[in-house]
Amino acid sequence: MTAFGKLVRTTAFRLTLVYLFLFALFAASLVGYFAWNTRRLITEQITTTVNAEAGEINDIYNRRGLRGLVFTIENRALRPGSNLYLVTTPAGQAIAGNVGSLAPGVMASTGWSETAYRRLDEQDTADHRALVRVIELSSGFRLLIGRDLEERRRMFGIVAKAAQWSILVVVILGIGGGVFVARRVLQRIDAMTGTTQRIMAGDLSGRLPVGRSGDELDRLAGNLNAMLERIEALMMGLKEVSDNIAHDLKTPLTRLRNRAEEALGKSGSEAEYRAALEHTIEESDSLIRTFNALLMIARAESGQARGDMDDFDAAEVASGIHELYEPLAEDDGMTLRLKTAPAPLHGNRELIGQALANLVENAIKYGKPPLAVAQSGAVVSMDARQILIEARREGDYVLLSVSDHGPGIPEADRKHAVERFVRLDSSRTQPGSGLGLSLASAVATLHGGELRLSDARPGLVATLVIPARARAGDRLAAPMQDVPQKVA
Amino acid sequence: MTKSDSQMRLLIIEDDRESADYLVKAFREVGYIADLAGDGEEGLVMAEGGDYDVLVVDRMLPKRDGLSLIGALREKANRTPVLILSALGQVDDRIKGLRAGGDDYLPKPYSFAELLARVEVLSRRNVGPAEETTYRVGDLELDRLSHRVARGKDELTLQPREFRLLEYLMKHAGQVVTRTMLLENVWDYHFDPQTNVIDVHISRLRSKIDKGFERPLLHTIRGAGYMIRDGLR
Repeated sequence: MTAFGKLVRTTAFRLTLVYLFLFALFAASLVGYFAWNTRRLITEQITTTVNAEAGEINDIYNRRGLRGLVFTIENRALRPGSNLYLVTTPAGQAIAGNVGSLAPGVMASTGWSETAYRRLDEQDTADHRALVRVIELSSGFRLLIGRDLEERRRMFGIVAKAAQWSILVVVILGIGGGVFVARRVLQRIDAMTGTTQRIMAGDLSGRLPVGRSGDELDRLAGNLNAMLERIEALMMGLKEVSDNIAHDLKTPLTRLRNRAEEALGKSGSEAEYRAALEHTIEESDSLIRTFNALLMIARAESGQARGDMDDFDAAEVASGIHELYEPLAEDDGMTLRLKTAPAPLHGNRELIGQALANLVENAIKYGKPPLAVAQSGAVVSMDARQILIEARREGDYVLLSVSDHGPGIPEADRKHAVERFVRLDSSRTQPGSGLGLSLASAVATLHGGELRLSDARPGLVATLVIPARARAGDRLAAPMQDVPQKVA
Repeated sequence: MTKSDSQMRLLIIEDDRESADYLVKAFREVGYIADLAGDGEEGLVMAEGGDYDVLVVDRMLPKRDGLSLIGALREKANRTPVLILSALGQVDDRIKGLRAGGDDYLPKPYSFAELLARVEVLSRRNVGPAEETTYRVGDLELDRLSHRVARGKDELTLQPREFRLLEYLMKHAGQVVTRTMLLENVWDYHFDPQTNVIDVHISRLRSKIDKGFERPLLHTIRGAGYMIRDGLR
């Protein structure tokens, strides 16, 4: 397709043509109406003048007779720019006036008519046109009074010319404007097409140019960019999952393999073989768990788990989890407390339960007070060994929080702590896959919310902030930047 | 543990030869009669013809999908309990499987102990009479209507959740019950806790029903789960 062909095919250009046609039609009818009105006005003016003069001259004739009439006519006929006058005898002979010749038969009937004429003093042979009135005087004489129509013709000519020009200008400006707009739009669309082609070719970091005008194309580009952002984040997530699988699953797999090899290599007793095998099963179970957790996170992050959502009360989930973990906490020397208010939610109950369970497990594992605090007094340590699960509604959000009085997480590390497989130095000695917080975070993201880590002074508060009764569609409307996106 | 029962008949419908052979061998070792079908169509024909106690069906099969196989069986009013094995271990996939007419769902990879425990519980359902109102194991008695639990002459006070835990264990007395089964059936959660949260509940329950009695009833089955039974049975 040629550049011109492409231009002509644009919506902008076609729209311009339609508008141009409508606008020219409008301009033409406007000018037409104006011309017709002007003509009417001029005709009216002539009629009025002629009528007035006819009355006047008739009056003169009645008072002063034929002589007075001829005198007046001759007198008026000589004035520059005068009207047309002609007086004829009942036999049709001209006796006074400034009209040389007339179209035949004009004088035969009284009343208004439009006629060609020539003045007495005129040399040229060209005919002029005039609007004339013929009246019969009392004695059978006839009087013609008329006005040249040149003025009206000229006026009409001016208007017609103006109309021609204005339509020409409208057409030129219209086509020019159409081409300009179409080219501008075409350029931007071409830029977008170019970018999308680059993106399709594999460069996911490309973004569409967004202008500053905030028009519909900018909005479209903005939305497409947001979509690309999401796609890129998902791709990153996917890449990260495979990277993580490579790095963090290979390590335990290697360990597993080494142990099996070692057991095979040395000739041990049956009990030793047995122990090695049991160890292998244990290790592979933990691997499976890690793998499941990773898949779960990826699924939650990509939004696939949205099909299984219903309405429930987060307070019930909180008390269920409290009930489940209370004995475990107690065995560990901690107290698990529960504080709930009704908190209606639309979401995946299973996932929310699991996210909360992860937070509670974390609190039990890492939320023990530092030794110095624990030893400083019985009252303090009672309080300090308390973990609080809380569910409540605050404005448009449901908050599910777990707070402990352990060492907490320094502010600088908080964002980092949510990432997959990250186990802060202080927790390296404890068992666990390091996926608990990132699963909780992914679940919150799935529901259009986020996982917030804050200071319990001392200790950690981990809060799942989830829009109350969020519908699946609300997810995209949630502020993306609030959600910690993991970018490698 | 199954020797006292009449031999259980099991049909395994699984297309992966190696895992199918492993399953058949493992089930035969514990005294089951285990048949094997390699694809969905064959599985359907065998399931309709043979009188099986439990079907173990892989979710993805050649010729006929596992879920469609179950659907076809249920349409013909065949109520044989079905356990679905699936590589898709996700929450909504499990729900889909159960909706299609499956009775239980186990994501791959699984341990044989887990599979065995679930198959035993399922098959008991096949033969099992209507739900009893009172469960008895040894001198332990649980009344499901009045929520009373007594061991010998001693009345025991249990928390509501402990009661449900004991109820589930006693309903399947003499069968191994795994931790995941407890979490699913008593708590209605389907995730893997990373901690020994179930063990703690069990040990609380144990301290209430077994402590101070000569003969323990609640047993830990190593590598599998728990079982309640009269020790000298």
